[in-house]
Amino acid sequence: MSYDLTINIIKLTLTVVIILPVAQLTTPLLSANNLTCIREERILFEQLNLQINAGDIVQIEGPNGAGKTSLLRILAGLSEPYDGQVYFYDNQHKQAIHDDGELFHQKLVYLGHLPGVKGEMSAAENLTFNLALHGLNTNSVDANLNEVNLLGFEDSLASHLSAGQHRRIALARLFAAQTLAEKAKIWILDEPFTAIDKQGVANLEHLFLQHAQQGGCVILTTHQDLTIAKDNLKKITLAYRFY
Amino acid sequence: MTQASPRSIDKKTIDKKTIEKSTLKQNALPPSINHNNKLSYRGAFNLVVKRDLTIALRHKDDILNPLLFFIIVVTLFPLGIGPEASTLSRIAPGIIWVAALLATLLSLDRLFKADHGDGSLEQMLLSPHPVFVLVLAKIVAHWLITGLPLLIVAPLLAVLLHLNEQSYGALMLTLLLGTPVLSLLGAIGVALTVGIKKGGVLLSLLVLPLYIPVLIFATSAIDTAALGLPYGGQLAIIAALFFGSLTLAPFAVGAALKVSTN
Repeated sequence: MSYDLTINIIKLTLTVVIILPVAQLTTPLLSANNLTCIREERILFEQLNLQINAGDIVQIEGPNGAGKTSLLRILAGLSEPYDGQVYFYDNQHKQAIHDDGELFHQKLVYLGHLPGVKGEMSAAENLTFNLALHGLNTNSVDANLNEVNLLGFEDSLASHLSAGQHRRIALARLFAAQTLAEKAKIWILDEPFTAIDKQGVANLEHLFLQHAQQGGCVILTTHQDLTIAKDNLKKITLAYRFY
Repeated sequence: MTQASPRSIDKKTIDKKTIEKSTLKQNALPPSINHNNKLSYRGAFNLVVKRDLTIALRHKDDILNPLLFFIIVVTLFPLGIGPEASTLSRIAPGIIWVAALLATLLSLDRLFKADHGDGSLEQMLLSPHPVFVLVLAKIVAHWLITGLPLLIVAPLLAVLLHLNEQSYGALMLTLLLGTPVLSLLGAIGVALTVGIKKGGVLLSLLVLPLYIPVLIFATSAIDTAALGLPYGGQLAIIAALFFGSLTLAPFAVGAALKVSTN
């Protein structure tokens, strides 16, 4: 297989350091030091350094199995890296994410592969619970559901809705988080566009840009081509490694 | 197109309202006070209990399955052994407690499995609330769904088994203190096995040995009460197990969940 060969020939040392050219925006939000991740005796990435600043939209690319989800889970603090440490910044003050998990979780919105939506509850109930659990404002649930085109489905049980609509319920949290500039700055999104239609994707991209302009950051994985302008978008490419 | 236009106008008006609302709120309170109010432990606890009860009431299997199992097991014994009152009253405490224990074991799987399957467990672990508060809320909800119904039907089933009249108080007190212990200790086992696809057998192996002390002291208390002797000692030990597990189990469950989702 030529694919295997090329990968083997290229010696991969994944050291990605993102430095923003614009001086006024270099407020760091999240950084990682020497991250190494090993799954099933395979090194997914090693000695990965990165810094994510306010205003960044970072797309993590790579083939299936390259470790995109593992990287996101490590950055969110759900998985432990084999080596290395993830830090977040509270008013420029650098802290490891496990030192003050409660403060970090106030700044974080993580949406994984699974939408975290309960079939026994209605769309509005699901969103209200999700918002309240994360200490976000629950007054604008209807407006947030409207943003993701679920107006009219507020009281439908989630088990009667489609996979795309489940994901929309989960994504509605982003619209609620976006109005709070101080909290929920760090968005880590694993394949947010799965099962979302074209118009929905465009709306989300618009939301990401708005969030970045307000001093937040978005870290996402997707196999779709984003229409976000290149100077706003940073990319981290993980390659598939066999050793 | 004609449908789309009123909707978009509608959307804009809602947006404006909500933005106005949120800005008003932010002006009224400094952000630090605002978020402290929202992140109360009791608020988070009530939130999770309410949600789990709502789900259980809409998905009635969660309540009915363990309860029906309990009733069926207990009612089958007189049919199998014979209606002789002396035999039945001798074995009644053991039957009721073993059935309650197995019914709880049967219901344990639902404690975290569904949440793990649909991703809400991850969201709970990533919430700004301490994990033990959320875990304790889930365990309390689990007891309200499975333990409390057992407690309510137990005296009725005790009549079927000719339980000694003097033992009713002891039966109710041991169940009241003992079934929460079953939920609390069981939660540790579930949290450890939640990441495993077929963890059912492992769960039983992990949890049953921990249930044995509760079973021994509870049945012993009921037997002692039947003889008209004071059973405060056994009850005190069950109470100690209850308070010990109430304070320690939520932390163990929280740690186990973090390992399981790693």
